[in-house]
Amino acid sequence: MFAQARAALFATVFFTLLLGVAYPLAVTGVAQLAFPDQAGGSLVRDAAGRVIGSRLIAQPFAEARYLHPRPSAAGADGYDASGSSGSNLGPLNPALAARIGRTAAGLRADGPAPIPADAVTASGSGLDPDVSPANAARQAPRIAAARGVAVGEVQRVIAAHTRQPALGILGQPAVNVLAVNLALDARFPRAHPPPR
Amino acid sequence: MNASGWAEIALTLALVVALAVPLGAYLARVWQGGTTWLDPVLRPVERLVCAGCGPGAGRSQGWLAYALSFLAFSGAGFVTLYLILRFQDVLPLNPQGFAGLSPHLAFNTAVSFVSNTNWQSYVPEQTVSTFSQMAGLTSHNFLSAAAGMALAAVVARAFAADRAEGLGNFWVDLTRISLYVLLPISLAIAVVYVALGEPQTLLANVSATTVEGGRQTIALFPTASQEAIKQLGTNGGGVFNANSAHPFENPNAWTNLIEIVSMNALSLACVVAFGRVVLARREARALAAVMVILVAAGAGAIYAAETQAPPALVAHGVDASVNMEGKEVRFGAPSTAAWAAATTGASDGGVNAMHDSLMPLGGGVAMFLMQLGEIAPGGVGSGLYGMVVMALIAVFVAGLMVGRTPEYLGKKVEAREIKFAMLAVLILPAAILGFSAAAAVLPVALKGLANGGPHGLSEILYAYTSAAANNGSAFAGLTANTPWWNTTLAIAMLLGRFAYAVPVLAIAGALAARPKLSASAGTFPTDGPLFVGLLIGVILIMGGLQFFPALALAPIVEHVQALQAVAAAR
Repeated sequence: MFAQARAALFATVFFTLLLGVAYPLAVTGVAQLAFPDQAGGSLVRDAAGRVIGSRLIAQPFAEARYLHPRPSAAGADGYDASGSSGSNLGPLNPALAARIGRTAAGLRADGPAPIPADAVTASGSGLDPDVSPANAARQAPRIAAARGVAVGEVQRVIAAHTRQPALGILGQPAVNVLAVNLALDARFPRAHPPPR
Repeated sequence: MNASGWAEIALTLALVVALAVPLGAYLARVWQGGTTWLDPVLRPVERLVCAGCGPGAGRSQGWLAYALSFLAFSGAGFVTLYLILRFQDVLPLNPQGFAGLSPHLAFNTAVSFVSNTNWQSYVPEQTVSTFSQMAGLTSHNFLSAAAGMALAAVVARAFAADRAEGLGNFWVDLTRISLYVLLPISLAIAVVYVALGEPQTLLANVSATTVEGGRQTIALFPTASQEAIKQLGTNGGGVFNANSAHPFENPNAWTNLIEIVSMNALSLACVVAFGRVVLARREARALAAVMVILVAAGAGAIYAAETQAPPALVAHGVDASVNMEGKEVRFGAPSTAAWAAATTGASDGGVNAMHDSLMPLGGGVAMFLMQLGEIAPGGVGSGLYGMVVMALIAVFVAGLMVGRTPEYLGKKVEAREIKFAMLAVLILPAAILGFSAAAAVLPVALKGLANGGPHGLSEILYAYTSAAANNGSAFAGLTANTPWWNTTLAIAMLLGRFAYAVPVLAIAGALAARPKLSASAGTFPTDGPLFVGLLIGVILIMGGLQFFPALALAPIVEHVQALQAVAAAR
């Protein structure tokens, strides 16, 4: 029995140091040297170097001139990047139907076009950085009107930031919301910020 | 459903099979103490560990001594992990300033990671420090997987042996599997994950000023290093609450593909290695075929379920071609279905969508795959020994039908083995149905539910199924961080891991002591389609008979309700 306990203790300590300390530190070292951008969280900075978000993480957009992300159930107000979560509502939960009804009613104010499923459903993480191409296309007229530009211009920006499935079959086409909005601001800069 | 979705699922499973063959050949060499190309670097480390484990630590052990080593190691791991989690506030690398975990949460989490379950009752990015993630959780992702694969090696040696006592040495197996298999593959995959976008940093939270002027705190962890072994070792415990639905844990279709393939390939490779060690490659192929057929059927069924019309979307005139609640745009239905089947068929338990929001049958199939006993293809190692137990029962059933003493792979299967096999197989229904029945009537349990009606029963059933099967995925609406849930789920995990593994080792001990017979005219063939069909039948009947009444009250009745709701809304 003593021999078993001694072996168990040694193995636990040794492997905790090797696999729990040395291994993650080694990966961190390689990652920081070879891929500092990804290893740091794919952060996006403004001209002054301040962090304005991550390419991989949804952030809230409510103004008409921006592409809007999917609804989020992360944190009390959504888009909490330190508290990822889906809604965890079952398909027949009345609270789900009520929430979808409210969201859909709000979207119909934009126009009568059909509403894609991703526009009214909360993602698994609450931080889905993408919307579907149909969802983005539905928002293009609103964005164009708010910015006073042709719809085709907005559509071109969206198309430039749409990823197609890898190898044609892996995953679904997706439009990165933050990338589109940064491109829109870069392409159609405004003299004055809008009233808040 | 569309052709590209089916092609994605087929390609994913084909990659699993293609990788399992060379991996299995390599694993067989590691199990048998053979040489590998990593020897120059790793042999000295292996010798160091063996010396450190004490004099005679390399000697071959009988089944009981092996079982005691396994239990002693798991016990030591549990105590260390419990202490790390309880006292993370005074340990280094806690940039988030998190407090220590409560006793019941630390107990649940320590049991969970030592038993290869990785159930998460907590929101990691708000609870677990960077140090606890690394030294506590990442290390046990490796060690619980290595221990499972060590047990699989024992089962293989038992069938290969001829009147032998020794089954190998636990410490040697543990060390060789960790060093030669899990560590190098995880290192390689982790670096690929970083290249594809996963963070790997010791800095914790980054504060951002968003484009519209709001504040956003972005939690960061050494993600890639844990993600690699989380999937490879069929662990499933993520560094984020949303697990692999989180864009940092699973940023795109490529990481998604690698994560799915790596969570099934090594489990299937254990079967390939088994065939090589036992010199029964055709029989091993039959076992692998059963695993692949079951997981493929599960993936197809979930894909079909998730492209049914969701009632809430139909009711409000939204496009209802796919259930997107709880899913990520970059994955959609096919990637989610392939993942959900792979994670519940293997005892991984990571998720890339919220299973609580799956359609009734989507969640039901995920639950059923776990209830089959985690053998499609199961956890690393545990999937193989679980499937061998099922095969023993199948040859026993076939033996009863033709009136001959059953044998499997040259070993007569006698009353002792069948008794132990049934003991092991009964653990799952006893733990799942027993605890679920109690939770369904106790107010202290019911107040954790997020959904009512049959879906609430699904949340209960799913939780105990996941715990007892050592899976770890959840219908996450359930608030499990309470003394009742943390404690009972931990007991279910302990039963599912250890009350299953010890009878399996006893079977291995009994089989190893028997003479190895050559096949005769009366031997029931265990390598063809007939046996594959028989084995699938035994697995489905065992799962079906035990769990069908409970499933009928939960996902099946909910499915009927969903059909009615859609018909009423249209």
